[in-house]
Amino acid sequence: MLLRFAALLILVAFPLRAEEVVLGLSSDKVAITATFEGSDILIFGAVKRESPIPETPLDVVISVSGPSQPVQVRRKERQFGIWVNTDMVDLDAAPSFYAVATTGPLDKVLSSTEDLRHRVSIPRAIRSVGAASMVEDVESFTDALIRIKRDQGAYQMREGAVVFDEQTLFRTAIALPANLTEGVYSTRIFLTREGRVVSQFETVIDVRKVGLERWLFTLSREQPMLYGLMSLAIAIAAGWGASAAFQVMRRG
Amino acid sequence: MQIYLPIAEVSVNAFLLLGLGGLVGVLSGMFGVGGGFLMTPLLFFIGIPPAVAVATEANQIVASSFSGVLAHLRRKTVDLRMGTVLLIGGLIGAALGVLLFNYLKSQGQVDLLVKLCYVVFLGVVGGMMFVESLRAIRQTRRGAAPKRKKHGWVHGLPFKMRFRTSGLYISVIPPLLVGVSVGILAAIMGVGGGFIMVPAMIYLLGMPTKVVVGTSLFQIIFVTAFTTMLHATTNYTVDIALAVLLLVGGVIGAQIGTTIGTRMKAEQLRILLAGMVLVVCGKLAFDLLVQPAELYSLGASGGH
Repeated sequence: MLLRFAALLILVAFPLRAEEVVLGLSSDKVAITATFEGSDILIFGAVKRESPIPETPLDVVISVSGPSQPVQVRRKERQFGIWVNTDMVDLDAAPSFYAVATTGPLDKVLSSTEDLRHRVSIPRAIRSVGAASMVEDVESFTDALIRIKRDQGAYQMREGAVVFDEQTLFRTAIALPANLTEGVYSTRIFLTREGRVVSQFETVIDVRKVGLERWLFTLSREQPMLYGLMSLAIAIAAGWGASAAFQVMRRG
Repeated sequence: MQIYLPIAEVSVNAFLLLGLGGLVGVLSGMFGVGGGFLMTPLLFFIGIPPAVAVATEANQIVASSFSGVLAHLRRKTVDLRMGTVLLIGGLIGAALGVLLFNYLKSQGQVDLLVKLCYVVFLGVVGGMMFVESLRAIRQTRRGAAPKRKKHGWVHGLPFKMRFRTSGLYISVIPPLLVGVSVGILAAIMGVGGGFIMVPAMIYLLGMPTKVVVGTSLFQIIFVTAFTTMLHATTNYTVDIALAVLLLVGGVIGAQIGTTIGTRMKAEQLRILLAGMVLVVCGKLAFDLLVQPAELYSLGASGGH
């Protein structure tokens, strides 16, 4: 009796854990050096299952998200014949970088309720809770943010960019641009079937400044006075150096 | 060659920055202006965040002004005494300007007011200077003797002081007042003020054009050094890597600019400066009147 109950429990619980992600990353650290020119991260993995492949096909949705920060979006309007900033909206948090890669059109592979729950698509990744009270059309401000960020290559929507072989092996490459903010980039992989998330996996990519970049950044935050004086000293020395060099050239 | 800037967190072309610095440095050495008015929009354009652009450029101007002043000192075209008086006035003015700016901000629409003021001011100053220098050039062509300096009410004021390099014996009150008003304008408009200082020294104080350039650069060094420290300690927005790239070009440019400047006639120098003031004014007016391609802009929250 007990055994039968346990078997039933496993049967009920099984569909949730039936397919799992085994993930690999080409690198889980990105080092920003002085000559950093962007980086391609290869995300690959396999679906682990202990039962035969089900009839309905599986889809894969991968998102990479940079650290979120509050953002202010301003809008220009014509007043007395000239263009000035009038309305503005403070968005609570927008990721500095955001990329979504999928095996097919996003609205096919992920239902809107699941999108809402897991905050996968780009508009869902931006939080704007308190914004509604400030202006009437908050949406046009978030749209503008997405448009500007997309043009900079900071927001990427890449439908169909995930290669999925034999319903088991998947891989995609995410291009991190040269203008990268440092921080922890959370990487999520969702396995979906008919729009519903059947399994999810989360890991992080650590983006850090190293060497001289690290040293200067730390100095500017921890010893701002010293940093400022150093900047001035360099400026004065360079000004004097150029002047002296020109004098020598003129005499020579 | 791409360089990743540690504070700005963007990647830019190093040679582009060297070139930009050089260009602005030439103007600085020639006319005695800091060049912030030109550098700010150019840095925005290549994708540097505004706060970092404004702070870093102050540091670069310290370098190019210092380079320029040394070149002018060799030619004895810096009035250190006048520069000091203007600087004292300027610092008082800057403090007043910040107070005024905060008051205007609390009243709203400060953006609009500042921009309108700027366009009107630059337009009037540039226009008057252009007409005056054109007349002066025509007069020298005709071979008429230059007019003697007039003795006006300015010369009746107390606290007279001798400014030997400028060849002036006037009260300290007018230069102090010029310093204060330029300081106020500079603080409100967020620029160094060289653009306003140079015409004011020529026309209000009657200083010789050659001396004006060096003297203006002298006081710009202090104003921008102060600004650099302020930004570095309060906003952490001075990007030293960006500054170094800009100032290498800037200090060389300033030397070249000074050489060009000393080979030119005073009227020619003035008319070129007037032309530049008008171009900047036109650019600002254009931005205000023409519908921008992107109506929305992003900024970091919490700041200004």
